Amino acid sequence: MSALTALLVRDMRLAVRVGGGALIGVLFFLIVVTLVPFAIGPDLALLARIGPAILWLGALLASLLALDRLIAMDHEDGSLDLILTARTPLELTLAAKALAHWITTGLPLVIAAPLLGLLLNLDPGATGAVALTLFFGTPALTFIGLIGAGLTVALRRGGLLLAVLVLPLTVPVLIFGVAASNAAIVGPVPFGTPFTILCALTLVSIVVGPFAAAVALRQGLD
Amino acid sequence: MAGDPLAAAGTPGRLMRIVGSDLACVRGGRQVFRDVNFALGAAEALAVTGPNGAGKSSLLRLAAGLLRPAQGRLALEGGDTELSIGEQAHYLGHQDALKPSLSVAENLRFWGRFLGSTVPTGAGKDGAALAAVGLEALVHLPAGYLSAGQRRRLSLARLLAAPRPIWLLDEPTAALDAAAQRMLAELMRAHLAAGGLILAATHGPLGLEKAAELQLGASR
Repeated sequence: MSALTALLVRDMRLAVRVGGGALIGVLFFLIVVTLVPFAIGPDLALLARIGPAILWLGALLASLLALDRLIAMDHEDGSLDLILTARTPLELTLAAKALAHWITTGLPLVIAAPLLGLLLNLDPGATGAVALTLFFGTPALTFIGLIGAGLTVALRRGGLLLAVLVLPLTVPVLIFGVAASNAAIVGPVPFGTPFTILCALTLVSIVVGPFAAAVALRQGLD
Repeated sequence: MAGDPLAAAGTPGRLMRIVGSDLACVRGGRQVFRDVNFALGAAEALAVTGPNGAGKSSLLRLAAGLLRPAQGRLALEGGDTELSIGEQAHYLGHQDALKPSLSVAENLRFWGRFLGSTVPTGAGKDGAALAAVGLEALVHLPAGYLSAGQRRRLSLARLLAAPRPIWLLDEPTAALDAAAQRMLAELMRAHLAAGGLILAATHGPLGLEKAAELQLGASR
């Protein structure tokens, strides 16, 4: 476990140091969500109705931002060679990297969401529902993104391709994340139904993501 | 570098032997080399030489398991049969695997813990490794401020921070000054004396008296 803890600590440290991407995602989230009221106008009822969807879209796009750095940085400086030959199974290593990535980029989005809910005229209950669904849904975004990061690691400027690859796969997460938030706010579906499916999507991606990314990396060996 | 690094790793390095037979490597559709045979036993060093493009680095990456041979096989005899060659080896490539925003000590501590999970590494051990490569004064400096030679020294310190019986060194003397090259030769001698194996791709002399040489063919 010590090897994985070391990796987790290193990746979290890198994310908050100079050149790391921890704050970029939150700032992007802030800007996307701030732009929406300007575009839609001061229709408070409308804002409150589409608020959960805006927050989820913003979080989805923001979580994509730093994904291309997830494995590519280690590829560029040769660390990936050592990670590939290490005794720690590659799947576990990648899972630890994804966890560190979620803690530094996904968790700040969840924490920022209630604050941004104010801008969208969401009441405290609705804000809480969105933050809760984001907390359980954003890990799925990171672990699905891990697959894309593994596939595009050897490409120069693979970030855009990564977004194109990953975004379609995140559609179910988006649907059930927003559905659960709306169910909590207006009904009529009980909150539990879409929320349980959202949690299931997250669990599946946590299991599948590291294995798929490891296969992608091993295939790309050269 | 106190004591026997291999005994510390709990690996019977003395009986270890790497045998490559009829190895061929194809990269990007181009045959880099074929029919390469070599054997490397415990306490032996093998210098892989040849012109640019002859496949020196490719051979090392084959040994580390980062490339698959197009033909032939690479066998590990003795040693820990549960682990592959790469898992028992240090691979020192062209790139230094250092993070510019982490300090010298943080870089080394990470690799020590990540690679040497069986050995508890403490500050003392890292300190000794840094002292051995002459970087003890720069412990807290971010690695981004190091010169090319200092970065190389720091990657060499990794070999000492986590003991492994096999060293795969790709141009280990690159960017090193004369004193650092002597230091590297000393480190390699100590590793061999402890029963380690060294496979090094090199253009210049390694500074080892009894290193065998594997000459790879001319570039095609």
